Amino acid sequence: MSASTLAPLAESTATRVARNLLRSRELAIVIVLALIVLVATTRRSSFLLSADGWRDTLLAPSILLLLAVGQMVVVVTRNVDLSVGSTLGIAAYVTGKIFVANPDTPVIVVFLAGLGVGAVVGALNGLLVTVFRVPALVITLGTMYVLRGALTHEVGSERMNAQDFPAHFEKLGTQQVLTIPVLTIIALVVVAAVGYYLHTARGGRELYAIGSDPDAADLYGLPSARRVFGAFVLCGALAGLAGVFSAARYATAFSGTGSGIELQAVAAVVIGGVAIFGGSGTVWGAAIGAFLLVTINRALPILGISEFWQGAVVGALIIGSIVLDRVLSIRRTHKLIEARDHA
Amino acid sequence: MSTPTLTKPDGAERTYPAYSRNPLARALLTREAAVILALVVVFIYSMGNIPFFDGPLTIFNLSKEYAPILLMALPMTLIIITGEIDLSVASTLGASAAVTGVLVVEHDVSVPVAAIIAIVVGSLLGALNGFFIAYVGLPSLAVTIGSLALYRGLAEGLIQAKRISGFPEGWQDWPTERIGDTQYPNILIPTAVLIVAFGVLLHFTRFGRGIFEIGLSDESAHFSGVNVARTKMILFVLSGAVAAFAGVYVALKANSVATDTGTGFELKVIAGVLLGGVSIFGGRGALHGVVAGVLLIAVLNSALQLDGQGSEVIQIIIGLLLVGSVIASNFLPRVRALLPRRKVIDAPPSVTPQTPGAGESSER
Repeated sequence: MSASTLAPLAESTATRVARNLLRSRELAIVIVLALIVLVATTRRSSFLLSADGWRDTLLAPSILLLLAVGQMVVVVTRNVDLSVGSTLGIAAYVTGKIFVANPDTPVIVVFLAGLGVGAVVGALNGLLVTVFRVPALVITLGTMYVLRGALTHEVGSERMNAQDFPAHFEKLGTQQVLTIPVLTIIALVVVAAVGYYLHTARGGRELYAIGSDPDAADLYGLPSARRVFGAFVLCGALAGLAGVFSAARYATAFSGTGSGIELQAVAAVVIGGVAIFGGSGTVWGAAIGAFLLVTINRALPILGISEFWQGAVVGALIIGSIVLDRVLSIRRTHKLIEARDHA
Repeated sequence: MSTPTLTKPDGAERTYPAYSRNPLARALLTREAAVILALVVVFIYSMGNIPFFDGPLTIFNLSKEYAPILLMALPMTLIIITGEIDLSVASTLGASAAVTGVLVVEHDVSVPVAAIIAIVVGSLLGALNGFFIAYVGLPSLAVTIGSLALYRGLAEGLIQAKRISGFPEGWQDWPTERIGDTQYPNILIPTAVLIVAFGVLLHFTRFGRGIFEIGLSDESAHFSGVNVARTKMILFVLSGAVAAFAGVYVALKANSVATDTGTGFELKVIAGVLLGGVSIFGGRGALHGVVAGVLLIAVLNSALQLDGQGSEVIQIIIGLLLVGSVIASNFLPRVRALLPRRKVIDAPPSVTPQTPGAGESSER
């Protein structure tokens, strides 16, 4: 029925892009982020304007950025990976072990090791989810505890500290190029690469298709299992990289490294406007969500809220963003129905 | 062996493959029976091989530690059967334990009054989850990940870095005192009452049938007269209330409340429920299986502890059990579907006029 379809909008690309940008969820979060930074900076100018403040503002979110990007790719396929915190812990520990064995190891080797360890864990999750077709939530909840338990079993109460890491690696944690921390640059490159892939590449678009309707994607002949598997491998690899980042930034690794950070990763993704039931959202949104989350945590004490309420704020933000998403999607559906009825 | 059949008004016979076996086999070849069997096997093995497992303290400590898990598993069973999930139970437990601690120790409120207030608070926290899930229509997974962080944050905000201790002597001892001369602590009395109550609610009431129907299909449940939203709301309120009760117990038992009280309990609860044969997709499960599932984890835990293993080994095994039980309940039926069908299917094809496809599948 041609009457029930909508005619393509007759407007130039420029106005369309501008309108989409103005209406986008990402812009809304950027505004919130800017407001928080502004208020915190007026309260205490060193929050952003001092050398340390500037560096922290950019550096602090770098670990969560990686996790959020990986998580976003999994969430968009209507799955979730709760084991990223344990993966991060394992990668951080492996990093420490490598340096204890040979302090002169080039940094690139450690990065590759982190990515590799993470990819193996991701592949394990991906296999369990795609071969046995069990809900990712339960599988990754299980692997999260199994991996954390295995790490604790291996590490015990051992704790790697600053003296275990060579100076050239620790320097990486604070090094800056043009005042921008190196770790943040790497994280942003990852954001850009994954974002570009998801936005333009066939494989990326297929991830959205699988997430928005898995059965339809199967019927259409998309290689669902392979794509979902790939998403888990990528998510794991980025979590592994985040583990190396964590070791570089905090110069420490112990059995509890990264525990609980999986919730923040999910929170960043949800706050960034990625639908928890898959099929919509952008990598940019997830990245901005991660920035917002970390910045809020840093700004709370300055805004006069005790740090002990941070957890509550994170929780309220998650629930608030899901509710907002729901309200927006209902409004959108109503509009589409109206448009159809008037066509 | 005759196949019980039901004659439909139009004369066509409908067959029930499951009913073609004799009743005993039907009772024994269930997931629940397998879990109970595993529980008995592990228990007997531990009695014989683990030193001190047969001592008088084992059952006592085991019930003391796992009573809160078992309590929270009861409403969780009902929630998972409706196809939802509640990840926030451990945080609700933590928040209500914090409320109890602050009221009793810092404001000199008597324990029963504080407990009632804590349970009311827990019910409200559950109601908040329920409101978003049942009436706003949000996915329970996302909402309860949020409230997992939020309720834990409330507990942290309430008690901050302190460790609250010093509950009144009498109340502090009651939950862990023995019932008479037995080796069972007092907490098992309310636990047993709640097990029976939830068992009756799930298996012998209209409300309970509605829970299964919702799990099979929200929509068809709605059209057959089940109030889907209200049912879900009630279940989440129950979950909050029971978690709060468990929180009061945990606070009194340990005589202390900290921000990390009960962290990670949700995994044990969910592992117990899924191990007990409840389908994560909803629509299938039984309460006796869940009780056996939680007890299996409890017995494994204390056996491993007595064997000198650290808590991380128990963590690994619970994680593996969780993954294994979900794989088993989801993967085995698919494997079975690939095997040759049982001969019952060869019985007169159950063709119904409305669904021509049904005839083809039964002629294999």
